[in-house]
Amino acid sequence: MSAEPVLSVRDLVVEIPTRGGLLRPVDRVSYDIGAGEILGVVGESGAGKSMTGNAVIGLLDRPARITSGEIWLNGERIDQLSMRELRKRRGKQIGMVFQDPLTSLNPLIPIGQQLTETIREHLPVTAAEARQRAIRSLEEVGIPAAAERIDSYPFEFSGGMRQRVVIALALCAEPSLVIADEPTTALDVSVQAQIIALLKRLCRERGTAVMLVTHDMGVIAETADRVAVMYAGRLAELGPVREVLTEPHHPYTSGLMGSTPLASKGQPRLHQIPGSMPRLGALPDGCAFNPRCPKAQDKCRQNPEPRIGPADPRAACWFPLGETA
Amino acid sequence: MLAYIIRRVLQSLLVLLVVGLVAFSMFRFVGDPIDNMLGQERTVADIERLRDQLGLDDPFVVQYWNFLEGAVQGNFGISYRQGRPVAEIIADRAPATLELAAVSGILALGFGIGLGIFTAIRRNGFSANLIMTLSLVGVSLPTFLIGILLIYIFSVELGWLPSFGRGETTQIGGWSTSFLTESGLKALILPAITLGLYQMTLIMRLVRSEMLEVLRQDYIRFARARGLREKSVNFRHALKNTLVPVITVTGLQLGSIIAFAIITETVFQWPGVGLLFINAIQFVDIPVMAAYLMLISVMFVGINLIVDLLYFAIDPRLRIDGRH
Ligand SMILES: Nc1ncnc2c1ncn2[C@@H]1O[C@H](COP(=O)(O)OP(=O)(O)OP(=O)(O)O)[C@@H](O)[C@H]1O
Ligand code: SF4
Ligand SMILES: [Mg+2]
Repeated sequence: MSAEPVLSVRDLVVEIPTRGGLLRPVDRVSYDIGAGEILGVVGESGAGKSMTGNAVIGLLDRPARITSGEIWLNGERIDQLSMRELRKRRGKQIGMVFQDPLTSLNPLIPIGQQLTETIREHLPVTAAEARQRAIRSLEEVGIPAAAERIDSYPFEFSGGMRQRVVIALALCAEPSLVIADEPTTALDVSVQAQIIALLKRLCRERGTAVMLVTHDMGVIAETADRVAVMYAGRLAELGPVREVLTEPHHPYTSGLMGSTPLASKGQPRLHQIPGSMPRLGALPDGCAFNPRCPKAQDKCRQNPEPRIGPADPRAACWFPLGETA
Repeated sequence: MLAYIIRRVLQSLLVLLVVGLVAFSMFRFVGDPIDNMLGQERTVADIERLRDQLGLDDPFVVQYWNFLEGAVQGNFGISYRQGRPVAEIIADRAPATLELAAVSGILALGFGIGLGIFTAIRRNGFSANLIMTLSLVGVSLPTFLIGILLIYIFSVELGWLPSFGRGETTQIGGWSTSFLTESGLKALILPAITLGLYQMTLIMRLVRSEMLEVLRQDYIRFARARGLREKSVNFRHALKNTLVPVITVTGLQLGSIIAFAIITETVFQWPGVGLLFINAIQFVDIPVMAAYLMLISVMFVGINLIVDLLYFAIDPRLRIDGRH
């Protein structure tokens, strides 16, 4: 891991103006990802995981937009770049893998063409060289007989194979950062592990930084180096995987993992967090998690809300678990 | 795929047979051709001779068969009114209609697809909204009104363009064209706009809504995420997917351009088959009407068939698992 992180997100805020007021699906989120490092991002549906990834790659759907904070990629600030400059960096410096391989490939264009157009957009190569590269990248992701299948259409591949093609597409211009937003959620359980292993291997080999969004704690445990837990647009906890998973500091993390030191006597047991995440327009004062938190106290219901740092180096909580357990 | 094509061709033939039956039935049930062809001073012998000549005494099935046999060979009998072979009359008139329809079709397709894409890509822009609003006018005004309006503005008030006829034509082989003279080209403008406007707005609105739908798809996001240029995203990735559903409707619209030509040709006194048909109705000239009906249906069925085959060309999924 080099000293300077590949991606550095500083106090990122994404806002959506609505009739009911301004929503903040991403609220002052900060994290770094170093070369070759995999950051797992977890959290309930609607926590802002995809929104964060989309903000980094500059693909927020209007009316959502970045209103403050900074995004640094390879030492360059990219959140203020023009659409044109940002476009040049997509694919080349940041690759993205989407959730559903059945819908992320253009059904009417052969996969080889989708690869070569991407390669030729970013690298100064001839058509023949681009084709060679395309074949090589298909081989790398484990498409058998890549040279023969390069002119096939997406529908001629199975779901798992298509996701391999998607990964090849995301990596073909050798980006330094890959954002993988639930890359296996839409896949058959039997191929999920293979796809994750493939992604991990390729990124380790190339020293690519990875932001891996997933709902699967098992995947996080096996794949990620560090994990970011998101709740209602905020970072609840951010730290090395082993520490966060074995000894969560934030009550939400602990609830998410289904085992909570509060309720256990050594044996972890399945623990549903009561209630649901509040709507963005109706967040409580103080800690956003307080209505559901078993440890909430008066301080939690008053502003300012807790942030990572002041009370605990890794959890945004006034009364972190590690210390009292 | 071959089986599919064969089935479609057979279906087309069936449609044509049915239309043929309708066209043929007119001979027997609409008016009395003898009345139409012979004047007041006719003798019984005259009538008999003509009935025999026209085969009016044969059994129904034999007459139908003879009609079909003739139709396939392009022989639709003799016009009651003009006393000339119908095929000859239509061949005289066809170039006018085909040229008009071709120009309108190209206008409708070109501007329809172009403006459809434009209004989809700039969906919140001022000019896109303006075009969309104007297009409502295009769909809601009846063709003849648009024609009259155009004539009023450009012929009567401004005096720029002629209000009727084809202008000077040039004869090339058996084909009379108005493409080669200035007055011919000028004469084409107003009728072509009148005829194509409705289809253009329809195609435009369709392309726009399909394109908007496609632009929401994941593969478009993914194309953007790979850093492809907007041009490539819009015109390579999006347009191709937009065209699949657009083709059907567009094909049918082009077919109806020829059918709608009747109105435009009447407004502009355009000497094509549409005007011929209107005149034929006035004089109950059944052979001409029957021939027109057959021609139009052949055109429709043909376009439909081409549209189906185009699907195969565009959508690879059909080519491979299209065995049905
Ligand atoms: N156009 C919009 N208007 C209002 N709220 C929106 C809009 N788009 C997204 N949101 C909200 O932004 C929040 C963040 O959504 P995001 O897609 O980032 O969640 P996520 O963590 O990726 O969830 P999932 O696990 O379901 O993918 C959600 O609460 C969502 O309701
Ligand atoms: S700050 Fe209070 S409410 Fe929020 S998670 Fe910590 S203990 Fe629970
Ligand atoms: Mg998401």
